[in-house]
Amino acid sequence: MKFGIIVFPGSNCDHDCYHAARHVLNQDAEFIWHKENKLSSFDVIIIPGGFSYGDYLRTGAIAKFSPVMKAVRKFAKDGGLVIGICNGFQILLEAGLLPGAMLRNRTLKFICRDIYVRVESINTPFTNKCGKKVLRIPIAHAEGNYFADPKTLSHLKENQQIIFRYSNESGETTDSANPNGSMENIAGICNENGNVLGMMPHPERCAEAILGNEDGRLIFESIVNSRR
Amino acid sequence: MKTLERKEPKITKKLIKDHGLTDEEYQKIINILGRTPTFTELGIFSVMWSEHCSYKSSRVHLRKFPTKGEVVIQGPGENAGAIDIGDGLAAIFKMESHNHPSFIEPYQGAATGVGGILRDIFTMGARPIALMNSLRFGPLQLQKNRYIFEGVVSGIAGYGNCIGVPTVGGEIYFSECYNMNPLVNVFCLGIAKKDGIFRGNASGVGNSLIYAGSKTGRDGIHGVTMASEEFGESSEEKRPNVQVGDPFTEKLLVEACLDVMKKGLVVGIQDMGGAGLTSSSSEMAGRAGTGVEIDTSLVPTREKGMMPYEIMLSESQERMLLVVEKEKEKEVLNIFKKWDLDAVKIGMVTNDGIFRIKYGKNIVAEIPVKSISDSAPVYERPIARPAIQDDINYLDINEIPVNNDFNTILLKLLSIATIANKAWVYEQYDHMVRTNSVVIPGSDAAVIRVKGTNKGLAITTDCNSRYCYLDPYKGGMIAVAEAARNIVCAGARPLAITDCLNFGNPEKPEIMWQFVESIKGISEACKVLNTPVISGNVSFYNDTKGISIYPTPIIGMVGLLESVEQHITQWFKDEGDAIILLGKNLEEIGGSEYLKVIHNIERGKPPEINLNFELQIQKALLDIHKKGLIKSAHDCSEGGLSATIAECCISNKDKGIGAAIDLSDIIRKDALLFGETQSRIIITVPADRLDIVKDALNNHTIPYNIIGKVGGMRLTINNNNDRLIDLSVEDLNKAWRGAFEANF
Repeated sequence: MKFGIIVFPGSNCDHDCYHAARHVLNQDAEFIWHKENKLSSFDVIIIPGGFSYGDYLRTGAIAKFSPVMKAVRKFAKDGGLVIGICNGFQILLEAGLLPGAMLRNRTLKFICRDIYVRVESINTPFTNKCGKKVLRIPIAHAEGNYFADPKTLSHLKENQQIIFRYSNESGETTDSANPNGSMENIAGICNENGNVLGMMPHPERCAEAILGNEDGRLIFESIVNSRR
Repeated sequence: MKTLERKEPKITKKLIKDHGLTDEEYQKIINILGRTPTFTELGIFSVMWSEHCSYKSSRVHLRKFPTKGEVVIQGPGENAGAIDIGDGLAAIFKMESHNHPSFIEPYQGAATGVGGILRDIFTMGARPIALMNSLRFGPLQLQKNRYIFEGVVSGIAGYGNCIGVPTVGGEIYFSECYNMNPLVNVFCLGIAKKDGIFRGNASGVGNSLIYAGSKTGRDGIHGVTMASEEFGESSEEKRPNVQVGDPFTEKLLVEACLDVMKKGLVVGIQDMGGAGLTSSSSEMAGRAGTGVEIDTSLVPTREKGMMPYEIMLSESQERMLLVVEKEKEKEVLNIFKKWDLDAVKIGMVTNDGIFRIKYGKNIVAEIPVKSISDSAPVYERPIARPAIQDDINYLDINEIPVNNDFNTILLKLLSIATIANKAWVYEQYDHMVRTNSVVIPGSDAAVIRVKGTNKGLAITTDCNSRYCYLDPYKGGMIAVAEAARNIVCAGARPLAITDCLNFGNPEKPEIMWQFVESIKGISEACKVLNTPVISGNVSFYNDTKGISIYPTPIIGMVGLLESVEQHITQWFKDEGDAIILLGKNLEEIGGSEYLKVIHNIERGKPPEINLNFELQIQKALLDIHKKGLIKSAHDCSEGGLSATIAECCISNKDKGIGAAIDLSDIIRKDALLFGETQSRIIITVPADRLDIVKDALNNHTIPYNIIGKVGGMRLTINNNNDRLIDLSVEDLNKAWRGAFEANF
């Protein structure tokens, strides 16, 4: 399977995603400069975390104009798998590939720590190996407070597009388990077709035993598994 | 042709004084040039001969540091030091202060501190992979200190998070001596191929000088001069002297510079830090023994009408100077273009040894390079032991009452900001990006893996400035010894240090005494512990309204784990594990946090330190660790034995665990629980391996005691059938974890 990892000016989890795909999962992986406009040789596109364009103006607001995003749109339309992590999720929202928007964390501070998410559906190309319902994954963001209008939200629910919710270790989606104030503890959503996922937690940061946690690996294994 | 739009001012006595130059220094300039300097020349000498750039008060003393060792690839004198970590790789690291700007404008001061140290590291050809910071503030009860503290933490987060280099640890102390004079010392470590290290050399006559990065603005002019004087009433008027950081541009700069270096397109490279274009170009020419010629009219500027003086002295951030062979120029410019960065040729390397600055055809400065660097004034400033020293060292322990409510005292100590858990701070820093963080903040040292190898690096920063105030010689030793102990507690072998020496006004003989004594102590400790000094920084003039900070020589130490999987963390692991104290408990409370917090006394002698004993303890620990017997190790420091053991119980954020301790020492009970005797480490080992551990320890002839067992959800400490401490893990946790949330 071939992973393509998009590099915007200011992406900084690009190397980490590459490492996870190439060295942990032993898959093909390649960086894609944001000025590229062809993605046909890839099976899955990762839009990594970071501060694309410094996150100036608004997170993801400038990156959506990069040439590669046009190609991502086409790639997704043709059924290709796209996963946006953290800043990648924010970019997918800005680009309209996923519904909703991000507000600043309710603490108004950047938060970097392990949190738990409950996997709401394992019938996706990104979660089919997540038999374990609650994953421990780190977050690292200042704008991860997901917001959507009531109509969008009910639509997301009807279509089972909510894939991860912040929860405690036992899987209860309590308010105290919600690190950033996200609506209904939403940590990750997918599009209607289920081939585009955005998530705030960083699975690439917990995919190896030496880092003390391998839960994130399940996401990557699911992706690989989905195209077997 | 470009011409100057504004006329340069005349050189007057007042102008010379405003540039912080003494009469003798000005005379020296006239002797060097054989004439009156131009305005631009005056500015150049003023910044290059400032304390910050020239190290004129410290240089003679810094030579005493041991700087050589088998691992040292690059010692002091370059942008950063480098050590050999095997596998063909070098670890490159340095620490630097950004104290003055952080006081004036906390967010930007701290942010640009991070930016500056990052440039020092990637300039050497290294990919920065870890940041740390050592911070000092006045007590948070004061609103002004809270403002500075919150701003500094946000600034570090704002810059480090954006650029994608994890902040993996550090330390924070709070003391009245940092009211109005916070310390912000930033450490950065990068990894380079051993044969791919770049240096700041302007060699190769005819090679081009390429300017890359942000445009030059009027910000930060005379920033280094500001950092070379005391603060008074009007310091905050200097806010315009503080630069503004742009981490996004720096991120692009890192990638572009590493790219041109990797492709072998660069002869020499240096960042434009303090004193900007002036220091970078003259230092590079100085190292190579060449000259340089720069046309300031070619420098990209943010605003119109900037004079050569301003262009040469600007400290705008995120700028680099590269020396490139002519035929590689185009390729270099293209790489910067790919990253949307300005890059232009602004001059060339010459063979006449002259630092020549032009504006179009006008020559505005012509100075022998050697005279800027080598002829800078060097002062052997007067030294005098402070008259108060005997008085502050006096402490009669019998005059200190023993309050038997030890539970309350322990909870109080755990809750003070200096000792309390710092998650409120480090969770604002991305400490995991780059996926190398094996031990994240919250243990004695951070451990990062070195990708592509099995190795790991342990990093720590340390300094107890109260010890240094009471005895700068011992305090300096302890700073190094404790740093090494932290490294060893992570399971690593100490390799080398960088330092950031924060002191008051060096023109005061008492401050120079503190400085010289500290250096003596640090040097001795580095020799015994075999950790040479490979880089560093001096920050003088940390005085506000005539009051100096405590001497604060901060040590940043790096150690090596041959196998990163062998790292140790500080917290207790499993029920039934045996708890062993390496070292011995002495009746020492001088300079302790206990004395300060509970009795409001900052006096006495700091704890004793015997470096050879320290080395034996550390060797013993590493030796039994090699046998795979250690499950946790924690250095005994602020708050003493009881706070250390409490931290072992509660610092695993997933689950606390209790311990039952039995001590047989016959010393004052407050000294036993809260004294800060050095060279002590708390370790745990599996109960069924205790005999092997004892055999191994007996071979080392160090004092040790098996003092208890891990288990339950309470911490109890007995002393000869007397129960001194009996607290639930939950209560300990509550006291330790709430200090910062309560203030913000």
